[in-house]
Amino acid sequence: MISQLIFDGLTLGMVYALVAVGYSLVFGILRLVNFSHGSVYAFGAHIAMVVVVTMGYGLIWGLCASIIVTGLLGVAIDKISLEPLRKKKSKQISALITTIGISYIIQNSLMIIFGSESKWFPKIFDLGIIKIGSVSLKSTQVGIFLTSLALLLILSYVIHYTKIGLAMRAIEQNSKAASLMGIDVNQVVSFTFFLGGASAAIAGTLISGYYQVINPQMGFIVGLKAFSAAVLGGIGILHGAVVGGVLVGLSESFAANYLGGGYRDAIAFLILIIVLILKPTGLFGKKHIEKV
Amino acid sequence: MLKMQNIHTYYDNIHALKGINLNINKGEIVTLIGSNGAGKTTTLGTITGLLKPKEGKILYNDEDITCVQPGHIVKKGISLSPEGREVFPQLTVFDNLKLGAYTRSDKKEIDQSYEMVYELFPRLFERKTQIAKTLSGGEQQMLAIGRALMSKPEILLLDEPSLGLSPNLVLLIFELIKDINKLGMTILLVEQNAKMALKVADRGYVLETGKIIIEGNAKELLNDDRVKQAYLGNL
Repeated sequence: MISQLIFDGLTLGMVYALVAVGYSLVFGILRLVNFSHGSVYAFGAHIAMVVVVTMGYGLIWGLCASIIVTGLLGVAIDKISLEPLRKKKSKQISALITTIGISYIIQNSLMIIFGSESKWFPKIFDLGIIKIGSVSLKSTQVGIFLTSLALLLILSYVIHYTKIGLAMRAIEQNSKAASLMGIDVNQVVSFTFFLGGASAAIAGTLISGYYQVINPQMGFIVGLKAFSAAVLGGIGILHGAVVGGVLVGLSESFAANYLGGGYRDAIAFLILIIVLILKPTGLFGKKHIEKV
Repeated sequence: MLKMQNIHTYYDNIHALKGINLNINKGEIVTLIGSNGAGKTTTLGTITGLLKPKEGKILYNDEDITCVQPGHIVKKGISLSPEGREVFPQLTVFDNLKLGAYTRSDKKEIDQSYEMVYELFPRLFERKTQIAKTLSGGEQQMLAIGRALMSKPEILLLDEPSLGLSPNLVLLIFELIKDINKLGMTILLVEQNAKMALKVADRGYVLETGKIIIEGNAKELLNDDRVKQAYLGNL
C-alpha cells in the first residue's frame, strides 16, 4: 500500500518536475516568473491530442509534434511580448503582468478552438501490470516515470555539458559580461524558452495520457503546483526543481489517501508555506547578495 | 588601427562623451586617464558596442564599427576586460576562460590560447577547477584579463585593472600588461592610477568631463605640469 502511494507520488512528481524546470530555467536567466507556463503546458497537451486523437498518429508523433510546436510557442511568447519589454528596459513587474495576460490569451484561444469541455485522451504506455517482487506497478506509471527521468537527465546534460548550456549559466550569473564574451543573449533566452515549452509539452501529454482527460483549464492548477515545486526546491536551481516536484507529488499522493481527495491540492501549498517560513530561499537555494 | 572620430555618447539626457577623438596604432600601449566620471568607461563601452554613440564614427582597420553589436565586436578582434572584473562567480576558472573563447571554434587554436593564458598567469592554472568567487581580488583580475585574451583579440581593452589591488599586485599587473604587449597585443589601458599607467604606456590621453584635454607621448605627459597638478600630485 505504502509502496503504491510512493510510486503514485513519484510518477506525478516527475511530471511536476518537468513543468517546474521550465519555471526555473526562465527564472534563472531572466529573473522572471513566467506565469504563462501553465497555459503552455495545456497548449502542449492539446497539440498532442490533435495529432494522436484527431489525426490518428501514434503517441511518439504526438509527442514530437507537441515538443516542436510548443517549444516554438515558448520562443514566440518571448519574441513578441517579452523581448520588446527588455529592449525598453521596462520594470520587471510589467513583464510579470504580461506573462499573466499571455496565459489568459492562450487558455481562451484553446477554449475557442477546442471548446471548454473535457475531452478524451488515450491511455499511454498501456501494457498492463508489471510485477517486481511483491510490488505491482502500472505500466503507464512506469512509462511516465522513465520518460520524465530521461528528459530531466537530457536537460541536465544540456545545461551542464554543452556550449549553449554554459552560455545559459553565464547569462544567469552576469548577463553584461556574457554579452561581452560574444554571447547573443536574446538567442540564448529564446533557446531557454524553447526548452521550457518543450518540457511543458511533454509533461502535458504524459499527464493527459495518465488521467485520460484534457481541457483548456488543465494548466492552471498544475502550473501553480509546479511553481510551488520550483520555489520549494529553490527557484533557478535545476535539481531543486526536481526535488521540489517529487516532494509535491508525494505529498499529494499521501494526502489524497490519508486526508481525503479534497486536500490533495492544498497539501502542496501547505508544505510550501512551511518551507518558506523556515528557509526562505527554498531547500537548495543560496542567499543571493545583490552587489551594487 | 582603431580610430574614434568625434564621438558623442549620451546616457538618456546626460551628455557623457563630448566629441572624443582617439587613435591607436598597432603594437602600442595607449592609456586613457582621468578622474571619476570623466567618461573613461563610457569610452570603452562605446567601442565595444554596449553603448551607441549619437554622433561620430569608430573605425577599426578602416572598417566602420560604430553600431556593431558587442558579440560581433569580439569576433572582429576587440576584447574588453571590464571594470570590476565581472567574472562569472559560480563558474570554474576553466569555464570562465572557455566563455572567453565563445566566438571561436578551432579547437587547436583555442588550446594554444589556454596555454598562453596559463603561461602568463600560472596562478590560474593552479586554480583551474576552483569557482571564480573563491579567488582573491588579484586572481580575479588575472582571470578577467585572461578571459579577454581567450578571444584572441588584436586589441585588448583594459578597464582599471589595478582597481582595489594592493600596491604589490598593482606592480605585478602592470608588469603583466607589458608582457602581453610584448606578445604583439595592442592595448588600450584605462586607469585612474595615472602615474603607473603613463609609465608603461607609449602614448596617453587625458580625459576630463567627456573631453580629451591633453594628449601626447606618455613620458612627456608624466612631466606635464597640468597632468601633474590634476592627477599625479606633487611628485
